[in-house]
Amino acid sequence: MQGNTACAEGALAAGCRFFGGYPITPSTEVAEHMALKLPKTGGVFIQMEDEIASIAAVIGASWTGMRAMTATSGPGFSLMMENLGFAVMTETPCVVVNIQRGGPSTGQPTMAAQGDMLQCRFGSHGDYSAIALSPASVQEMYDLTAEAFNLADRFRIPVFVMADEIIGHMREKLVVPDTVLRVDRKPLQKGNLPFRADDDLVPGFPTFGKGYGVHVTGLTHDERGYPCATSPSVHEDLVKRLVDKVESARDAIASCDIVNPEAQVVFISYGAPSRAVQQVLHDTRRDDVGHLRLKLVWPFAESLLSRFPDAETFIIPELNLGQISREIERHTDRTVIPVPKLGGALHDPSDLAGLLEEVA
Amino acid sequence: MRTEIRFSGFGGQGIILAAVIVGRAAVMYDGKYAVQTQVYGPEARGGASMSAVIIDDEPVLFPKVTSPDIYVIMSQEGFEKYGVSVCEGAVMLVDSTLVHSRPSCRCIEIPATREARESLGRDIVANIIMLGALVAATGVVSHEAIEKAILDSVPRGTEELNLKAMKKGFELVEQVKHG
Repeated sequence: MQGNTACAEGALAAGCRFFGGYPITPSTEVAEHMALKLPKTGGVFIQMEDEIASIAAVIGASWTGMRAMTATSGPGFSLMMENLGFAVMTETPCVVVNIQRGGPSTGQPTMAAQGDMLQCRFGSHGDYSAIALSPASVQEMYDLTAEAFNLADRFRIPVFVMADEIIGHMREKLVVPDTVLRVDRKPLQKGNLPFRADDDLVPGFPTFGKGYGVHVTGLTHDERGYPCATSPSVHEDLVKRLVDKVESARDAIASCDIVNPEAQVVFISYGAPSRAVQQVLHDTRRDDVGHLRLKLVWPFAESLLSRFPDAETFIIPELNLGQISREIERHTDRTVIPVPKLGGALHDPSDLAGLLEEVA
Repeated sequence: MRTEIRFSGFGGQGIILAAVIVGRAAVMYDGKYAVQTQVYGPEARGGASMSAVIIDDEPVLFPKVTSPDIYVIMSQEGFEKYGVSVCEGAVMLVDSTLVHSRPSCRCIEIPATREARESLGRDIVANIIMLGALVAATGVVSHEAIEKAILDSVPRGTEELNLKAMKKGFELVEQVKHG
């Protein structure tokens, strides 16, 4: 099965019943498959007029209690930025799949990139935190998309599935699990204010049509949901909570594969370049070389670096000019070697093996 | 063992479908691992088209073809783009109706488009003739597996035609071997 189709299947298995989107290479197959399958499950597929409307429709659908998603690529992702901030501010669970292609602008529509890794974290204005997953196989397109809905519901934020053209378009074996673990958003308890958070810093969700009359606004709001845009303390408390509800859980939700934790040289990767690293480890068979493969990139859990206590060097191949390398650099005093790559082709395993020889 | 196969031709010949069918045969019916990829370009019908499949007994790690062991070339442009610099140990199957050049490696000439047109009455099954020839010449997947994968993949009502095309591919390789 193709990666993009597996993504759509994972969403359907997770109970996604709304897709609002606008086709764009190389993500179109996600929309295409949802258009085919959603009506048969009683769900709704809408092709919107553009990506701004797409994410707006997804946010609206989510407030009716549906699991809702969209899929896009770089140019569409850029258009979504303002409304993604609205989803953050209004604490709206949703899933946004970005099958990354070469940018800036229309760039390379049919070639792979990982150039939107910082955009998904910082692209909308204001302070916030984000959750981003990065699949490295067709299987993970299914598994991580399904998991994205659980994370979105748990933290009430947009969750990003940051794949790329290679993983989205390649075909390989998919094993469909008998059941997909589903953890839904917690409902608002009767008598609670709609934006008063519980101990986990997340408020219960007041689903539209279930007896709640809730004001949902992108303006800074109090715990009732009413605009309160001039009080410094209300704003500070709200934004800090929006950040902390995710950041305080970063060790708990960290998801990765660790190979050879006693290694001195450690590759760190996410998404498609992971496959090149896995090939290098397979071919060189060196147990002094480790691999940290991030399935969840944001929020980055720096505690993962200490899982390699003897590491002297981290090598970080990315299909961009070193976006996640920067994040890792600020958490470690070890040598960090970024291996940036642009143009759409994956890192060649023999190049990475050559670099490894130079380093150790 | 990792085997890399590259298919090229022009859009509309079913170059991508051919790779998908071989990958499906390997994974679903031979119990192996496979990854199929393709070059997506803005060009469509008529333009150069390339796809690839990697088959392995172990999980396929690096998903891209680096040095193909087998080529299936179905157009002259496809040959010029992907078939010129080949490894000496590689095997190339060419559709000899459409490809005039020959590689420096071992080459098996299959007049697939001519046979599709003259024996089967439909140009469109030339890719399935090439698949039959690929399997007969290299054994990269089993005969049973390719047959089942073809049946899974072709439109309803064309099963018989496509199986005839597959068998034509088997025969043409036999003729090359014994002729």
